[in-house]
Amino acid sequence: MDILIQGLLLGGLYCLFSLGLSLMFGVMRLTNIAQGDFIIAAGFAAVSLAPLFDGQLLLTGLALLPLAFAAGYLVQRSLLNRTLGKDPLPSLVVTFGLSIVIQNLLQELYSANPRALEVGALSTDNLALGGTVVGTLPLLILLAALLATAGLQLLFARTAIGRAFRAVSDDREVAELMGLRASRVYATATALAFALIALAGVFQAMRTTVAPSDGPMLLLFAFEAVIIGGMGSFWGTFVGAMALGLSQQAGFSLDPGWGVWFGHLVFLAVLLLRPNGLFPKTRG
Amino acid sequence: MNAIVIRGSGAARASGWLAAGLVVAAATLPWWGEPAWMREFVEIACYFIFAMMWNLLAGYGGMVSVGQQAFLGLGGYVMLSLGNFLGVNPFLAIPLAALVAALAALPVSRLAFRLQGGYFAIGTWVIAEVFRLSIANVPAVGGGSGTSLTALRGMSRGMRENTTYWVALACVVVALALVYAFLRSKQGLALQAIRDSEVAAESQGVDVARLKLAVYVVAAFGCGMAGALYFVSAIRISPDAAFSVNWTAFAIFIVMIGGIGRLEGPIIGALVFWALNKFFADYGTWYQLGLGVLAVLMTLYFREGLGGFLHRRLGVELLPTRRILQSAGTPAATPPAPTLTLKETLR
Amino acid sequence: MSAPLLQTVALEARYGDAQALFGIDLSMEAGETVAIIGANGAGKSTFLKALTGLVAVAADSVRIDGRASGGLAPGDIVRQGVAMVPEGRRLFPSLSVEENLLMGGYARRPGPWNLRRLYAMFPILAEKRRQPGTALSGGQQQMVAIGRALMSNPRLLLCDEISLGLAPIVIKEIYDALPAITAEGMSVVVVEQDVMVAQRVSQRLYCFQEGRVSLQGASDGFTREQISAAYFGV
Repeated sequence: MDILIQGLLLGGLYCLFSLGLSLMFGVMRLTNIAQGDFIIAAGFAAVSLAPLFDGQLLLTGLALLPLAFAAGYLVQRSLLNRTLGKDPLPSLVVTFGLSIVIQNLLQELYSANPRALEVGALSTDNLALGGTVVGTLPLLILLAALLATAGLQLLFARTAIGRAFRAVSDDREVAELMGLRASRVYATATALAFALIALAGVFQAMRTTVAPSDGPMLLLFAFEAVIIGGMGSFWGTFVGAMALGLSQQAGFSLDPGWGVWFGHLVFLAVLLLRPNGLFPKTRG
Repeated sequence: MNAIVIRGSGAARASGWLAAGLVVAAATLPWWGEPAWMREFVEIACYFIFAMMWNLLAGYGGMVSVGQQAFLGLGGYVMLSLGNFLGVNPFLAIPLAALVAALAALPVSRLAFRLQGGYFAIGTWVIAEVFRLSIANVPAVGGGSGTSLTALRGMSRGMRENTTYWVALACVVVALALVYAFLRSKQGLALQAIRDSEVAAESQGVDVARLKLAVYVVAAFGCGMAGALYFVSAIRISPDAAFSVNWTAFAIFIVMIGGIGRLEGPIIGALVFWALNKFFADYGTWYQLGLGVLAVLMTLYFREGLGGFLHRRLGVELLPTRRILQSAGTPAATPPAPTLTLKETLR
Repeated sequence: MSAPLLQTVALEARYGDAQALFGIDLSMEAGETVAIIGANGAGKSTFLKALTGLVAVAADSVRIDGRASGGLAPGDIVRQGVAMVPEGRRLFPSLSVEENLLMGGYARRPGPWNLRRLYAMFPILAEKRRQPGTALSGGQQQMVAIGRALMSNPRLLLCDEISLGLAPIVIKEIYDALPAITAEGMSVVVVEQDVMVAQRVSQRLYCFQEGRVSLQGASDGFTREQISAAYFGV
């Protein structure tokens, strides 16, 4: 039972890792290999910003979000838009290169040591929930994940920009015939993804630590969550993240060194048995 | 109208003789060179072979993999196991390990091929991580901290280093010959047809799925060979060293600098990489950062790489793998159009 | 004398490696319905793509209201009032019927066309507004595609082979809506393989043959033989 709860809470964090990845792939078929590294970079940015706000994490987070949004817009407009096309290679090599650049840059700026955000009482705060005790911070993260997923889902289904996202993803050429400027729509999608990345980075720095070389691991978790859940659906990604969190927690409970490995095995099993994921969205 | 298929050129034949001469000259290195040079060569040879396989997969097969280190590490560990536990001569174990890696590629492909494009790339990375974590849990080969190759203990150091060097030279030649022969064969031509247009190739009866599997297996063989060779030279192996994603990072750099989709690309790229390594590796993080930036810039602005640039400027292709159709008897009204290379289709 | 609504001057265009158009001279005034006929590969679709910025052409070879418009981005072309109903419908599969129509209005040009008017013209679409666009029949999808183009309130509507793959009775139903569209002065270019339909709905026609204009004039002014000759280049 405890595994279940801990697994779901962990899944909340993984969901935040993976929403940005899912979003960018959904809108423009771009696989961001640097996803994890951007999350870590956001964590470090939060660590650097926190002193400006006297350690007030809410303010730090709120300040970071628009910065991340702008950064994402710029990165897409200036760099990633150039890599889009039928061939997946340019976007993969460029994001891979970015991953290396970010890791080394962070190392130069912050040294290889892990850093964390001072969370104070929040790190030990508990809530009694139906018989068991649940950490407040992980619960907060799960809540944030739920809100983010629901928010994205609503955005895509009900708003004009969501329509634009879906249209440009379906058929870029015809969308441009309607007056849509694909390069700007893509940039907006990435900006949104970066805001989610910033949220994930702040929470990661709050929950544990961030170190320059942590990025790739987070990418793999994000990726596994997306694949397990099924591509094309944000709620699918949420469920996939839950499944991953549960698998890792189960493995961890058997042996502390087996957590991540268990997650990999579940991922491979899903890939083998249900390659379209647990909740695939079929396109018309 | 007679049609002639041109497969080579004067420049290619000349470079063939030059290459043979170079190999013979290189083989004599142990008699007049320093041991450090031989060790350096072996190391660069491994990076080169690995990069060639990445180029085969991505540049010709259209499959971008970030997890080829799975087969490299597997080759290393199989070689070590054969040597330490079964008493097989480690040098003989190299081709055996490569074979095992190639065989392992078959079940792995069943998983990996369920994904496409970018997700295929990350999926291969996950699989490499599974290999790493799994082997790190095997105490017989040292678990997470690794172990040493004991099977060469009987050999004198000089003998070992010389033999390793010659074996490395042989591996480079074999890898080059293997890939070159494959690309010039009918399968290779079909592969390039797929690269130019998968749909068109399929309509011509090309079995795309089987061909992609063949490329994947050949690449795994090469990666396994590189891994086995590397750890014969290094003597000490560990999961982190054997399955590190840095292998792929360097391969990507080598191939993008030298020119993807060209056979001479990795050769040029490996030379540039070796030179950069020699002069700048001491700068640590800045050096690696620079490599990353360079790879990004090359991909964005100079996708044909140095090899493609040379080809365009000098009109020379040292290792041609395309076939050019020239009809005899009819004057060329427009210049003959060779099959499009990857870079041209990317424009 | 004011400039014609649309004019192409020695328009050349390449499609991929091959040259598809070899100097097309065409012009039309506001309020006209002009048909372009020709066999497969004659360059009709490439012509429309050149008009809408999907294919690169010399700037001055396409003139809208006398202004050079060749090579503009598709978004700029639609903002000038030129909308296309693409070949093969090309509805957005992830969007419902209504959402597809709303996408057409992205450019926000002022004018009489809106959802209500479209649903009045094509009532079946109102019924199916929440269904995914691609779940409809071919004819209904064509209505959505036309409606989507109309939502941008264009002055010039380009219809690329809207009868393709449709049964004759459906084709008739769709073209019966054309007068309602042109009643307020909308100009229309109709690209058709079906010559009879093309002649019926247009005042003037052009015949394309291997990238060149092989015949032009009043739609009812040609004999079967003349058209055949121009069509096939015999």
